[in-house]
Amino acid sequence: MIISVASGKGGTGKTTVAVNLALSIPNVQLLDCDVEEPNAHIFIKPSIKNRMPVFILVPEVDKTRCNFCGKCKEVCAYNAIAVLKKDVLVFKELCHGCGACAYLCPEGAIKEVNKEIGFVEIGEKDNLQFAHGKLKIGEAMSPPLIKAVKQYMNPTRTVIVDIPPGTSCPVIEAIKRSDYCVLVTEPTPFGLYDLILAIEVIRKLKIPFGVVINRADLGNRKTEDYCHKENIPILMKIPFKKEIAKAYSRGEIIIETLPEYKKSFQQLFSKIGT
Amino acid sequence: MKQIVVISGKGGTGKTVITGAFAALAKNKVMADCDVDAADLHLLLKPKIKERNIFKSGVTAVIDKSKCTECGKCIKICRFNAINKDFVVDPISCEGCVFCSFVCPAEAIKMEKNVSGEWFISDTRFGPMVHAKLGIAEENSGKLVSLVRQKAKEIAEKRKCDWVIIDGAPGIGCPVIASLTGIDCALVITEPTLSGLHDADRVIGVARHFGILVKLVINKYDLNIDITKKIENYCRDNDIQVLGKVIFDKSIVKAMVEGKTIIEYRDGKAKEEIAAIWDRLQEIKEKR
Repeated sequence: MIISVASGKGGTGKTTVAVNLALSIPNVQLLDCDVEEPNAHIFIKPSIKNRMPVFILVPEVDKTRCNFCGKCKEVCAYNAIAVLKKDVLVFKELCHGCGACAYLCPEGAIKEVNKEIGFVEIGEKDNLQFAHGKLKIGEAMSPPLIKAVKQYMNPTRTVIVDIPPGTSCPVIEAIKRSDYCVLVTEPTPFGLYDLILAIEVIRKLKIPFGVVINRADLGNRKTEDYCHKENIPILMKIPFKKEIAKAYSRGEIIIETLPEYKKSFQQLFSKIGT
Repeated sequence: MKQIVVISGKGGTGKTVITGAFAALAKNKVMADCDVDAADLHLLLKPKIKERNIFKSGVTAVIDKSKCTECGKCIKICRFNAINKDFVVDPISCEGCVFCSFVCPAEAIKMEKNVSGEWFISDTRFGPMVHAKLGIAEENSGKLVSLVRQKAKEIAEKRKCDWVIIDGAPGIGCPVIASLTGIDCALVITEPTLSGLHDADRVIGVARHFGILVKLVINKYDLNIDITKKIENYCRDNDIQVLGKVIFDKSIVKAMVEGKTIIEYRDGKAKEEIAAIWDRLQEIKEKR
């Protein structure tokens, strides 16, 4: 079973829920797909076994064969190639690696070369399998790296996927093909507004979902009212506690600081199962 | 005119609360919300929309079944696995690269323009605001960010404003990069958690990669004084000015619930600290 943990708004407690859930149930693999700002490793502290660089293909023009016809520029949907009278410029950061230019060049002057966009690390902590990706600083495109992390998915385990915040392409790439999505929110106007956006995404992807309300006593009742009205299950409520905030700040997990929460996360898991 | 963007790396550190406070504090400015996929600033500033525009960006492949010979060429060349074995394009996976339409021997694939969102020019009680809403599960958030920024800048120039104040997105990817180009100062809001520091370090790396001046604010600093010190040391070692620290104050949430900025809501430490940060930030105006 693949369970993704998402939120819309950042900082609501996705990683907290993903990590504590992963450590409360047996036979889990945790994938941190927030490759722009991965944080799960801060809490899990896994021993990393392997680091694999991830590449996308970008064009390289052989100027001795190029006749500057401009075909590559014409077919590039991302304005990543400019053709001058006696030169061709490739803007690698705009390239999506579709391969059209290389395939369609009439002179065969373009070959594709690897450009590193980040890396995937795999490791483990006790019986928990772990993988995450880290986008290279200055790289704009995270979806290919998210895809690379998901290639290490172990289908024999319960897979928990930590999703980046937002509603656009990285979120979709990370959440795709999940069996269930846990949406973590906080009961504030910002939290509710972004929760509703996240729900639109999940509905579009046709994935069953439920909500966890974090810092449940800071804010107002509107988030709960909304969930009741929409018939959305509230899977768990986590109160605001300075002990939890402090433990989080030090990179500690709730179920170690407050062991009674282990049961709550197990209950969360059993609610997902039904 | 100076352009400031408020970013954080990690989400939920208080970008929008602080940007909203700046809206109440700054005179003669244009506000812009560049967190286009989960925009929240409008919940504090309650803009009245004056101008509503469709954002069209990118294309999606559509296969005309009556022309398609099912030769399979398009499936073979598509690197985004967007075409299934029944020759139907999944619009979510399609990146709009147009490759398939070039190789299709039957000319059965045409590209349709995407409506990817909307952008708005509005009035608020603190002056003009440019904001946007990216369509659900849409791409090209970077382009929409650039568009919002360009419009905000145009308004600021026309009205001879002193500031464009931009609420940025979390992360370090394409919308963040688009919000950084040509900026006078990136204000990084972080919190005293190991994740906050880890993520601030990465987004500072991105800002510096593009040669942008970086300043930092530690929000909720009293939640962990040790890590606050660690962040201050980090800033000293990396030559980053800490513009201020803001105390954890539940009235920030209460203000948000009432749709107000903390500046309007009530006097207190958090308000004073944010006002002092704005004062210090204005020093960049004198610098050339």
